[in-house]
Amino acid sequence: MSDKVTSIKIAGLGGMGVLKSTQILAEVFFRQGFDVKKAEVHGMSQRGGSICSDVRFGKKVFSPMVPAGALNFLVLFQDDQFPLYEADCSPGTVILKPAAIDPAKLENKRALNIAMLGLLSRHLDIPVEVWLNVLHEALPEKGYAVNESAFELGRKS
Amino acid sequence: MKRQFLMGNEAVALGALHAGAARGAGYPGTPSSEILDVFNRLGGKAEWAPNEKVAAEVALGVSFAGVRAFTTMKHVGLNVAADVLFTAAYSGVDGALVFIVADDPGLASSQDEQDTRRYAVAAGVPLVEPSDSQEAYDFTRLAFEISERWKIPVIIKLTTRICHSGTIVVPRKPDRDLPKAHFERNIPYHVMVPGHARPAHHRLRKKLAEIAEWNETEGPNQKISGSKNLGILVSGVAYQHVREASPDASVFKIGMSYPLPVRQMLDFAATVKRAVVIEENDPYMADAVRAAGGIIESAPEMYRFGELDVKRVKRILAHDSTPEAVPPRGKPPQLCAGCPHTVTFEILKRHNCIVAGDIGCYTLAALQPLAAMDTQICMGASLGVGLGLRHVLPREEAKRVVSVIGDSTFVHSGLTGLAEMAYNVPPTGHVLLILDNSTTAMTGQQEHPGTGRLLDHSPANQLDYETVVRAMNVPNIGVFDPVRQPGEFEKALAEALEKDELTVLIVRRPCILAVARNGVKPGTTEG
Repeated sequence: MSDKVTSIKIAGLGGMGVLKSTQILAEVFFRQGFDVKKAEVHGMSQRGGSICSDVRFGKKVFSPMVPAGALNFLVLFQDDQFPLYEADCSPGTVILKPAAIDPAKLENKRALNIAMLGLLSRHLDIPVEVWLNVLHEALPEKGYAVNESAFELGRKS
Repeated sequence: MKRQFLMGNEAVALGALHAGAARGAGYPGTPSSEILDVFNRLGGKAEWAPNEKVAAEVALGVSFAGVRAFTTMKHVGLNVAADVLFTAAYSGVDGALVFIVADDPGLASSQDEQDTRRYAVAAGVPLVEPSDSQEAYDFTRLAFEISERWKIPVIIKLTTRICHSGTIVVPRKPDRDLPKAHFERNIPYHVMVPGHARPAHHRLRKKLAEIAEWNETEGPNQKISGSKNLGILVSGVAYQHVREASPDASVFKIGMSYPLPVRQMLDFAATVKRAVVIEENDPYMADAVRAAGGIIESAPEMYRFGELDVKRVKRILAHDSTPEAVPPRGKPPQLCAGCPHTVTFEILKRHNCIVAGDIGCYTLAALQPLAAMDTQICMGASLGVGLGLRHVLPREEAKRVVSVIGDSTFVHSGLTGLAEMAYNVPPTGHVLLILDNSTTAMTGQQEHPGTGRLLDHSPANQLDYETVVRAMNVPNIGVFDPVRQPGEFEKALAEALEKDELTVLIVRRPCILAVARNGVKPGTTEG
């Protein structure tokens, strides 16, 4: 395992599933044996306001918050949130936007967060079974198929 | 035991469970709210009390029975529970009593940035500060041990970034064979009349001196050797930022920050060319080290505002006090689409009311586009502040003043304000709206004595607001659904504003989020 820490920020609005996808993401890295930290903010900021959370993994992670300039992936659930996080990005930051997901193929638009995880998963060297196992455990049985197909859609987008 | 990935709040709950805590009592408040729910889910006995003071008293009673208790709250909750804390420090405890208090540097969801370490000093109780979830777990276990060993309440100070950050935790074996609950009569220790409290104060100072000595030699503090050119004294989550911002520095992480291990801190500072104290909120450790004669640097004043992060720590170390870039503002939080509060505040705005508000989701009505709340200070203040305004404003202005409080906040701190309203009646009377959405919405829809359900959502006695208001002898009482009966509600409000009498209008409509969770149809009264 290299000493490199990978830092991901997920950003959207309260109610879009930012916290849920962060939880899934952190669990995936945890199961792969990495040191993992995530940072999120609850409460006032969730009431439809802008919200973001950070996940970092590697051999050893210190700060749970992504330091400025150290962001590897910015995952946006809504394009117009980009200016808020522009200063966190460096030329090497991979920015994933919801425009990459074909809305016509997304069965339930509330599953956009899971589709975005699918899109992110293409950039990370983690077996697809790990993702699907974690998704299965983290999401309700009812409506799981919709989420799985959203993940697959993202992964192929 | 197997490693787990836990939020700080989950780690605290697991720590309390493994410490064999007999009961946890608290009042919800971001960022502390999840601790009791998780403790309950793990099999612990947990309750929501009407407010933090009652919660702390319940926990103190549990500890007087010789077993382990804890209470959870946000930083401002400790203001409410402070009365318990100060004198419980004198009385001491029989089992163990741990105050779990979550500060909110940066004000993610609070009305101030107060620093709980000051309370530890003022009350004279030990305080530990974890820097990640592992320490949140370990220090919870430790806090119970210290409390039991010295028979003293102990504070665990968390912050938003500890509570709501997930990191890896390896738990230890749970404590076994703890004492059974039993009351041992000990009047001089349990009854704090002056004659008992004088020796109790001496006992407290003696305990603190012993704990300070213990902290110097065995406390949960850690030195990481590094460069002799730079040494950093740090506590809480700032430790993580420091390790990342300055990987080569020598570091002294303070885990117990009251009583501070001052000798160790001075020794550490003396072994490096440049010693810097880095801490969130107040310059508490920096002041203490300086008062003891230590030569240290601390952050310029600008860094006591807001949270620290890696970038800010780098700036502090680089003596950079140039203005920081103002981050772009995101979309502010707002009332949910379909929230019944929206209708209520639109009506208040139409009547040009001066609204003395309170704390909850409805405080969002102060923001644009509604901008329909004029004051908000602390839990329950809507009543006193509204009454104060009514007492002195010119008649025409006074008649526009309305106090607005949510159901959970009313139970928390509004009952005494209502007694004041009924007792010291302003010349123009007064109007109080109780916005009853049948939940503690803002902090995540927790139960309270007015919902008719316990923390685990099982049925309970339900406080009846109408009967309470009637018992206070308020002459005019009305109950309206703001969504179904906006016209009737507005008419009743207009009449109340005209009268020089006391009126309480209960504006009842369940929170749409709680409805979704409880499967209750909107518009029906929950029972």
